[in-house]
Amino acid sequence: MGSTNSTLLKIPNVEVLMQETGFSPAHIIRLHDRFKALDKEGRGYLCPQDFGAIKELAMNPIGDRIIGAFFSPGKETVDFHAFVKILAHFRPVDKDRPKEPNSPEPINSRSNKLKFAFQLYDQDKDGKISRDELLKVLRAMLGMQVTEEQLESIADRTIQEADLDRDDAISFEEFRKSLEKVNIDHKMSIRFLR
Amino acid sequence: MASSVYLCLLRTVFLVCIVNLLIHGVSGDEDVNQNPHHHLHENITGLPIVTFKWHHVETPYLVVLWVFVAALAKLSVIELNHHVTSVFPESGLLIILGFFLGGIVWGADKVQTFKLLPSTFFFYLLPQIILDASYFMPNKLFFSNLGAILIYAIFGTCWNAATVGLSLWGCYEAGAMGNLDIGLLQFLLFGSLIAAVDPVAVIAVFEEVHVNEVLFILVFGESLLNDGVTVVLYNVFEAFVNLGGPMIDTAEIFKGIFTFVVVAFGGSFLGVVFAILLSLLTRCTKHIQIIEAGFVFVVGYMAYLTAEMLSLSAILSITFCGVCCQKYVNANMDEKSITTLRHALKLLANGSETMIFVFLGITAIDTEIWVWNTGFILLTILFIFIYRIIGVFLLTWMLNKFRLVPVEVIDQVVMSYGGLRGAVAYGLAAMLDEKTIPEKNLMISTTLIVVYFTVILQGITMKPLVQWLKVKRAAHSDLKLIEKLNNRAFDHILAAVEDICGRIGDNWWTRGWNRFEENYISWLLMKPKARKNRDYLFSIFHKLNLEDAVNYVSEGERQGSLAFIRSDKAANVDFKKQFGSEFADVMPDIMVDMSSYELGIENFSVTSIVKDTIPSVSLDINAQDRKNALDDINAHHLLQQHLYRSRKHHRHKYSRSHFSINQSEEEVQEIFQRTMRSRLESFKSAKMGVNQAKKITKHHKKELAHKMANGHSDGTGYLYGDEVDSAVGSETGVISGTFMRDKYTVGAGIENPVFLPDMDSPTHSSLPWLMETEAVAPSQRAQRRLPWTPNRLRRLAPMRISTCSTDSFLMADVSSLTLEEHEELSQTDHDEIRPVFD
Repeated sequence: MGSTNSTLLKIPNVEVLMQETGFSPAHIIRLHDRFKALDKEGRGYLCPQDFGAIKELAMNPIGDRIIGAFFSPGKETVDFHAFVKILAHFRPVDKDRPKEPNSPEPINSRSNKLKFAFQLYDQDKDGKISRDELLKVLRAMLGMQVTEEQLESIADRTIQEADLDRDDAISFEEFRKSLEKVNIDHKMSIRFLR
Repeated sequence: MASSVYLCLLRTVFLVCIVNLLIHGVSGDEDVNQNPHHHLHENITGLPIVTFKWHHVETPYLVVLWVFVAALAKLSVIELNHHVTSVFPESGLLIILGFFLGGIVWGADKVQTFKLLPSTFFFYLLPQIILDASYFMPNKLFFSNLGAILIYAIFGTCWNAATVGLSLWGCYEAGAMGNLDIGLLQFLLFGSLIAAVDPVAVIAVFEEVHVNEVLFILVFGESLLNDGVTVVLYNVFEAFVNLGGPMIDTAEIFKGIFTFVVVAFGGSFLGVVFAILLSLLTRCTKHIQIIEAGFVFVVGYMAYLTAEMLSLSAILSITFCGVCCQKYVNANMDEKSITTLRHALKLLANGSETMIFVFLGITAIDTEIWVWNTGFILLTILFIFIYRIIGVFLLTWMLNKFRLVPVEVIDQVVMSYGGLRGAVAYGLAAMLDEKTIPEKNLMISTTLIVVYFTVILQGITMKPLVQWLKVKRAAHSDLKLIEKLNNRAFDHILAAVEDICGRIGDNWWTRGWNRFEENYISWLLMKPKARKNRDYLFSIFHKLNLEDAVNYVSEGERQGSLAFIRSDKAANVDFKKQFGSEFADVMPDIMVDMSSYELGIENFSVTSIVKDTIPSVSLDINAQDRKNALDDINAHHLLQQHLYRSRKHHRHKYSRSHFSINQSEEEVQEIFQRTMRSRLESFKSAKMGVNQAKKITKHHKKELAHKMANGHSDGTGYLYGDEVDSAVGSETGVISGTFMRDKYTVGAGIENPVFLPDMDSPTHSSLPWLMETEAVAPSQRAQRRLPWTPNRLRRLAPMRISTCSTDSFLMADVSSLTLEEHEELSQTDHDEIRPVFD
């Protein structure tokens, strides 16, 4: 365990990080290794280019958006803390863990997971998914087989399904409501982050 | 529409006949002994006018009679009393009814003439149930839980077999059963045949309690896949029993374990091979559409029999055949064939399920098989119950360490309680060899008792238990585009995050497989055309639109006749609404006042969808397409009455190999001719110059109405006709869509400039032709106006349907047409149209 501790000690404020994210030391170390591997030049932070070097990610239709989600607006870099915090969204919810009544909402709560998904659509950060934003995502995800008109009608219909106040856009509240039946905990969790 | 109904009917009849032939063995073998002497040629004194030849038809007749009786039994059980059926599971009721029927037969013959023979069961009754179950298997759910299912199926079954066998042997040694001629190996053999959860019983009971899908797939998948284990255990122990205790050494035991691998994986592999064969076959059955659905049955049955022949697991073989081929078969075959296939599968599966349960009941009324040994029977029930619970909890405890979503305790309780035994166990018991197993009858009667106990008692208590424990039920999920879209997005997100974490996780495998599947397997097994139109999100969208259209039509009918479609007033409103939605960006104000209207319609369509949704994952044999059938009828009726009839030469309906009359070349020819004629006439009228515009002004209202009618009559009208026609989610829309485009390009091919203006709107401004229409008798006019329907549809759900999937390019055509037409029409006409918009 000596090596474990020494790696942990190298990370500043590791206790706070573990507290906030709920990750175990083993997870933190694994993620730290990964972080270092991505950070090829050893700068201590990651740029979008570092993510772009992941081959598989380049083939992901919405990969750019996901990379973008790691960077808070206006920033070009992400440090280890922020990196882990983003990944903490995908930690499965553990029911066994005792809930402290006055603790802040954990990062991996249902609504935080949803928020993460929501901001992938909402690129201009106005709190609403407009038709154009939806169209862009659809275009990325549906590929060549579908014509532009079809895309538009799909977008229209999707908005219509969720749009409660008829402003032709999906607010987060509407987004949450429309996905009420979807098991987000299941769909937005990764097993090995447990 | 008509054709698809006829098609179903015809095939139903056809398949019933096949069933009858297949079930040949149910009673046939028995009857031969019953009536050995044939009085066929008795002294004939003259030419008999009518002869009574019972023996000539006896066997098939008895089979048909039993099928009929079983169907009546099912009918009576269903219709019995809804209070009873809500408490009692259908399978249990059928068994009890079987008791009565058996009692009648026994009372008449003093011997049980009919019983469920293992060969009949395994060859003629079981395959279609398994095929049905696997063909309708929710693939994604199945494969994502495959690990857990395999664990339960392999280790759970082995555990059950071993513990039940050993415990019974222990009790026997301790003297709990008195004096029996039975040894350890026989007990283990019995344990292995009673260990397996039965797919037929599980489907029958679980389809009535809609538990959540993960729980269902775990129990159901286990029941399907444990067959491999059961067959192997059964064969191995039977071989051991035949060999006798002293002959068994370690080598034999290792051989036994090796057989397991061969039997289970060989069976599965064989199934996959046949699935590939089937998919390849359906790639090229375009011209024999009428029988292509049959291939699924034949090839599936071949997979089953081949596996049986090679002594591999037949159930695994047909299961994997069904599971693997479903995607490609669905994509390759014509929509109507798929509907036929689904109905036929359900018909066969439901029929044999009914037969199985009825005969399980009948079999019981027989004094010959009953050997009572209280200790043995009660202990068996106790042990299978207890060890099932222990096994499930033990395995789940281990599985939960690895599962993303752990199986909850309540679900585990239901899983243990859902360990129903059924006809497979009985069939295996009945196949035992009496020479080597002297206590065969005791085993049969115990198996029957276990089956009755689990199917009837546990079946009855299952529903209350599920309610009492508040087990998560299957969510009645109405299809929502946004959910599907986001599910897809979540998949991508997870895959990306896994990449960022640099770990190979579940999504990595899923994605890798999907990519491989898309690039190579689909390429091999799917028609190129089908590959193009199978985008998942898009097909959902298409389905939703169809649903709306059908809902709209049925709602219209419910509210009274479809008279509103014919009223002239409606046409103008239609016009406005339609253009409103088409020029949405140009005229936002129209959109605004439409929205209130839209809201109401929204409510309607949503509720009516919710009203009769079928849960997304339900292998319910009965519920299949109940709704669709109803919609089919509605749409059929509507279309039959009102669809614009072209004067094409109808292909004769009694043709055996062709039902479709709409996509014939003759029709294309027909429409082409009509277009050319109208073009010619408008060319003539063009010579008259300005006249035309004036006339348009004069007949303004009618012109508008007819613009709606005729402008779409050839194109959209047909398109919608076809859309509604194939309400089950047909692709014909696409076909007629492309066919439409063909038509336009035919026009565009002509380069005579005089034609060109009309080319874009071939029927719109053709006044003389219009006049001709005016002159036709009113009844015909009514027919011609029908194509307003699509506009109404569009008006009622403007956003949802306006740019309906398949015809969106067509819509683009039409709207651009209308735009161009606007430019080309004289100014006066513009002025005339404006007010209508306002």
